[in-house]
Amino acid sequence: MRAIGALVRKDLLLELRTKETVPAMALFALVAYVLFHFALHRNALEGDLAAGVLWVTVLLAAVLGVNRLFVAEHEQGGFDGFLLAPVDRTAMLVAKVAALLCFLVVVELIAVPAFFLLLLGPGAGPAFPELLAILALADIGLAVVGTLAAGLAVQTRARDLIGPLVTLPLLVPVVIAAARSTAPLFSVPAGGTEAKWLAVLGLYDLVFVLLAYAVFDFLLED
Amino acid sequence: MYGKGLRGLSIATAATLVTAFALVFFYAPLDADQGFVQKIFYVHVPMAIVALGGFVFGGICAIAYLRTRDRKWDLRSYVAIHLSLILGLGVLVTGSIWARASWGHWWVWDEPTLVSFLIIFLLYACYQPLRFSIEDPDKQARYAAVFAILAGAFVPLNFLAVRLAQSLTHPRVLGTTGGDMPGAMRLTFLIALAGMVLLFVTLWKYEIAAKRARMRLRALRRRLLEA
Amino acid sequence: MAAAPAIELRGLTRAFGERIALAEVSLSLPAGATLVVFGPNGAGKTTLLRVLATLLRPTAGEASVLGAALPGRGHLVRGRVGFLGHEALLYRELTGRENLRYHARLHGVALHRVDDLLARVDMAARADEPLRTLSRGMIQRLAVCRAVLHDPELLLLDEPRSHLDPAAAGLVEPLIGRASGRARVVASHDPAGGLAEADLVLGLRAGRVAFVAPPEDVDAARIGALYR
Repeated sequence: MRAIGALVRKDLLLELRTKETVPAMALFALVAYVLFHFALHRNALEGDLAAGVLWVTVLLAAVLGVNRLFVAEHEQGGFDGFLLAPVDRTAMLVAKVAALLCFLVVVELIAVPAFFLLLLGPGAGPAFPELLAILALADIGLAVVGTLAAGLAVQTRARDLIGPLVTLPLLVPVVIAAARSTAPLFSVPAGGTEAKWLAVLGLYDLVFVLLAYAVFDFLLED
Repeated sequence: MYGKGLRGLSIATAATLVTAFALVFFYAPLDADQGFVQKIFYVHVPMAIVALGGFVFGGICAIAYLRTRDRKWDLRSYVAIHLSLILGLGVLVTGSIWARASWGHWWVWDEPTLVSFLIIFLLYACYQPLRFSIEDPDKQARYAAVFAILAGAFVPLNFLAVRLAQSLTHPRVLGTTGGDMPGAMRLTFLIALAGMVLLFVTLWKYEIAAKRARMRLRALRRRLLEA
Repeated sequence: MAAAPAIELRGLTRAFGERIALAEVSLSLPAGATLVVFGPNGAGKTTLLRVLATLLRPTAGEASVLGAALPGRGHLVRGRVGFLGHEALLYRELTGRENLRYHARLHGVALHRVDDLLARVDMAARADEPLRTLSRGMIQRLAVCRAVLHDPELLLLDEPRSHLDPAAAGLVEPLIGRASGRARVVASHDPAGGLAEADLVLGLRAGRVAFVAPPEDVDAARIGALYR
């Protein structure tokens, strides 16, 4: 527990110091909105289209963050430093997932309101509790799968390519469930979320959390 | 000894496949709606089933590798995934041909199996680049195993999600009645499936035998050079 | 009652795929003693240190560090071993103090020890500047602090005095030198200095053991032969 705290603290401190990842992710989201506006030739979106644009943007921003997650450890001996300590290897998994989750939440605090401002149609007002639930469940899935893919990719030569290429297909179920459950919230007139999509997100999160716990150690050892 | 029992297996495979072809062309009934083109079903669906089975089997071999650290499991996992990827491509191609012939488009988003396969294909297409961009052989095998396990577990999740996404809005386009197949169709289908399974196993064993022979040759050559 | 040996190796081998980095290394190092390892670059000195630190698993042979057999019981060794390799294992964007506090938390060591060590290596004044602004010698001093932060019983040092001027070397000596009283394995390129502090000498060449002998039986010529 103490080790997880130390690791998360270190990662957040590094991010605060370098400001490499989170601002880039947030900026990317805003640029994506502009691109979507022009590419789709729309001033306002609602329903399926709105949900789709929001979630694809969040997904791609997440992938940006994934790439950077283990780079400092790999390049500055962070893995060795951690492996020398008398702590459970899983601590690094939990810490990295927690850090990525923090980054995602901060980015979403900027990206989601920006979406409402820039692209969401006038009549379509979101129901916050449901939106937050969807965001929370989806973020867990994004963070866990992102951490696993980052762990895999960091040791390869083509790290910046393998990371996204592995992450994106794995996250398709999250995109499906998140977009489908958000679409009614953005429709005019607004509907309620279908519970089945939340169940899918929950199942996905559960499966990947268990898998991550099982396989992560193998990525660290030598 | 490499390739034990391969000759018997190859003969059985060839026999089954020939039987299957014969049945498909001469015995199975012609579909009322889709006509002759429907017969592609006898290739497309067995290929899909075997490919999916192959991916999951690759994941299971990967688990065995991580537990035993015996490289032969890693080889089995790699070959299974490699073959399944090729079959997966076949699934996409035959599915596309079927879609074009019966629906007029080269691709249909409403066919959940096809869409799921596209996603899985894109995922497993990363397997070889991932493997071969890690130089240390032990690390390569370990990381490939982790990927195989993650991807193998992902396969059913993916199918579930995609199927749910399509369900109520559109009916299955390329379906055949599934459980209610008439006897002649069912028999033909089962033989075709058996043939595909045997084909996979035979190719799998061939590739493993060939790779092992090559590895042994390399090791011997290296030993000779060092002496 | 004699203390258990700090290190006990029998036929230790480590291979990376087909490349054999260490072949059949056997030796026994008593508690509190110093083993000095000589050999050219690529001889396997770093690999040996990394195996002893549990960062690498042995491919074959037996290895026992501080009574724990590797790799099975490796987790018992972590936290009792201090490793100082070529890399400082410190984050460039964080300050010396932040880096050391991170490691202190990781090892469950009281934070005031960080301040004590910083004072002992005379880095207290510049402990709050990011590492990337410091000279290599200062970073090395911080790395020494990191290695001994948790008061390890065994030190694994890969050319520890590199980048250190004589004054700095004098500062770190009580922490990582013979006087520290800990068992040590030191990889060195300096025959005279190395022999002076050794209780046992290991000569490596292309991963293979050239000789294992007490320092009396080794002279500069024998060490020089390793490099040819």
